[in-house]
Amino acid sequence: MLLYAQDEVGQVTEELIAEVASRCGVTPLQVDEVVGYYTMLHRKPLGKFHIQVCTNIACMITGGQELYEHVCKKLGVGNRGITEDGLFSVEEVECMGSCSWAPAVQVNYDFHHYMTPEKLDALIDAIRQTRKAQ
Amino acid sequence: MADLVTLTIDGRTVKAAPGTLVIDAAKQNGIEIPSFCYYEGLSLQAACRMCLVEIEKAPKLMVGCTTPVAEGMVVRTDSPAVRTARKMTLEFLLTNHPLDCPVCDKGGECELQDMVFRYGAGESRFAEMKHHVDEKQWSPVVFYDGPRCILCYRCVRVCNEGMGVGALGITNRGVTAEIAPNKGDHLECDECGACIDICPVGALTSGTYRYKTRPWEMEYDATICGHCSNGCKTTLGVRNGQIIRANNRDKSGVNGEFLCIKGRYGFDFVHSEERLQSPLKRVGDKFEEISWAEALATVAGKFKAIKERGGKFGVIGSNQTTNEENFYLRKFVREGLGAPNIDHRRTGDVGALLQALGGKQGALATVGDLYLTKAALVIGSDLSQQHPLLAYQLRANKRHHNAHLYVVAPGAVREDQYAFKSVRAAAGGELAALEGLRDSLKAEADLTILFGDSLQGEAVGKLVAFADSLGIPVKYVPLVDYSNSRGAFDMGVGPAEGGLDYNGIVSATDLDAVWVVGENPLKDKALGSTGAFVVVQDLFLTETAKRADIVLPSASAYEKNGTVTSVTGEVQKLKSGAKVMGAKPDLEIIGLIGKEMGLNLGLIWKSDKVFEEIRKTVKGYDLPLPILTTGGAAQASAAEVMSSEQRAASIQSSRDTLFTSGTLGRYSKMLQSVMESPGGLYRG
Repeated sequence: MLLYAQDEVGQVTEELIAEVASRCGVTPLQVDEVVGYYTMLHRKPLGKFHIQVCTNIACMITGGQELYEHVCKKLGVGNRGITEDGLFSVEEVECMGSCSWAPAVQVNYDFHHYMTPEKLDALIDAIRQTRKAQ
Repeated sequence: MADLVTLTIDGRTVKAAPGTLVIDAAKQNGIEIPSFCYYEGLSLQAACRMCLVEIEKAPKLMVGCTTPVAEGMVVRTDSPAVRTARKMTLEFLLTNHPLDCPVCDKGGECELQDMVFRYGAGESRFAEMKHHVDEKQWSPVVFYDGPRCILCYRCVRVCNEGMGVGALGITNRGVTAEIAPNKGDHLECDECGACIDICPVGALTSGTYRYKTRPWEMEYDATICGHCSNGCKTTLGVRNGQIIRANNRDKSGVNGEFLCIKGRYGFDFVHSEERLQSPLKRVGDKFEEISWAEALATVAGKFKAIKERGGKFGVIGSNQTTNEENFYLRKFVREGLGAPNIDHRRTGDVGALLQALGGKQGALATVGDLYLTKAALVIGSDLSQQHPLLAYQLRANKRHHNAHLYVVAPGAVREDQYAFKSVRAAAGGELAALEGLRDSLKAEADLTILFGDSLQGEAVGKLVAFADSLGIPVKYVPLVDYSNSRGAFDMGVGPAEGGLDYNGIVSATDLDAVWVVGENPLKDKALGSTGAFVVVQDLFLTETAKRADIVLPSASAYEKNGTVTSVTGEVQKLKSGAKVMGAKPDLEIIGLIGKEMGLNLGLIWKSDKVFEEIRKTVKGYDLPLPILTTGGAAQASAAEVMSSEQRAASIQSSRDTLFTSGTLGRYSKMLQSVMESPGGLYRG
């Protein structure tokens, strides 16, 4: 519920917490506990495209850490940072269950496997192109 | 009852009821399985891993706090594997713990300290930086030191389940996980401090006690809370005559470990700078301090002269003084002064109930009964605000036994959240509203009815008739406000035939002497008898004391011995702990006035002696001394103590909330300091 709400609103706000709490019949504090626990719930706004780079073991040994550093440098932001145009944000995440196809990157809900810096560049550029065209 | 399960714990064959947890089965047989998060009466958490035990045929160590016993189970609580596991759990809990025991409030009575001492990890393999966050203040009462916290969830559960408030939660996870208050950076709650007392470590500390003393520097005196009528035992931590803290961690008394903000932190009125510490004499429109000898001689002289010339006395007793003091005062006034005008402030119609019951025994519920009753009906009271212990008992009963709670109240109350049925009825409309509940109530196995001041006189009779018509066993709690409201009534502090009642004494214009013992009748009224000689015994210079000719500084409940009777009629002993220079217990003051007057009442003013007399002469008070002297509670049996015309006095609850307490509350800085104060009733 929180995830869907976050998708719609863009971030988890106090109002959102209050609304979810009243719909579920729990206290806002109990909703807040869930928000605090799960890292995919964000209290700050994210970019339109949220790039999540896994740096857990399988991804790390196949270049996840380099990928993460690369994308930070390319977009000029740090962990959970957001680009000035609000288009991208970057987050270093824990395992997302794609170890067999490591290193893995998730952009919003889309998985991208066997990622390389070049492929990631291409992906980001493609997104920018599409946005410009619109 | 189902057959007992037989199992082996540490080589001993033991029996336990099916469903018993291994940790409890061991405890029942004198074997300790250490734990932090497991807490009797609260939901299970299995968070701390301290209670790991070896169970044969189980592939790995099991948590004793959530594993139920099974037939033929073989448990080992002290095997090498278990000992290693405990050591590792403690080593793990200590990785981020600051080990600031020398300055920690909990030092000396900390469960983590004790566990490390007994089972402990003497060394740590953890060489990384500890994660530090600064201490936070959530209210004048509650402080939270994150690094000390071991995340056992006790505070979260006691607040959710025990108090029904749910003001605490846990946010984040892993090393950054910490307890969070409900309003972002502060708490909005009952400020009861249950979370602080239940904390096994020094993570939650109280504004009153923190950094004041060490636990072993205090003496402990278990006495009865002087604020409301619920009769909670509060154990005062006293150093050099000064109360430093109050709690009830040993679960003695009818309240177990329950206390509200008043019982736990509201004791500061005792050491208020505004306490009277010397008798005062009016000189013009000012007061002058005088000696006790002069004050007593003046009062005795005046009283004697007025008595001799056949003048009129008006005497008001107190809802907060002891049974002995009220008994002695009544005896003094009726026999010593021969005066009929004596009364106390009534806050609930106990008399009408006793009359309606007509001496029927076993019809008054105890605090313990509220936890066991199958159904309860609360009429005209915001129970969580006005009677926090009674509300706590009903909440626990609902949680543990799924008791049905019925509420008939004029506005939203906290009990609505878990009530079986809840209806709104304005004062006067309660009995009509009850008819709508008749069928449901009839289906209950038994019932306990708690009613407030909105039912009086005939209405109480009708309530009892309604309850009788249900055809099920019914018990009652007539709700009254103060620590000894019930006792003042039982001791017969009421007018003799033709005598003036409470309001009559205040408004009469022809009294020659007015004597007020621990009450504030002139709070918002002027005394009718403008020419009367007025004597007031009180802790503070109240509105009434300001009108006095002689003010005698009296001792608070925490400075004296004696007995009080709670709202449920349970009699318990006070034990003096605090000392305040200059003040005297009311019993001693009354006795000394009598001595100065040369009266012989045939009874010395020592609380034990007076209680002996009460046991002999007051109906329903022939109570077992062994229970009382060992700190227990004994319920006075239902006996009609005053005739109906004596009870005709006006009855009104003071409508105190969790954060107010009549005169005493006004002088408690702690109660005044919380943002919820003074609060209000019927807000849900």
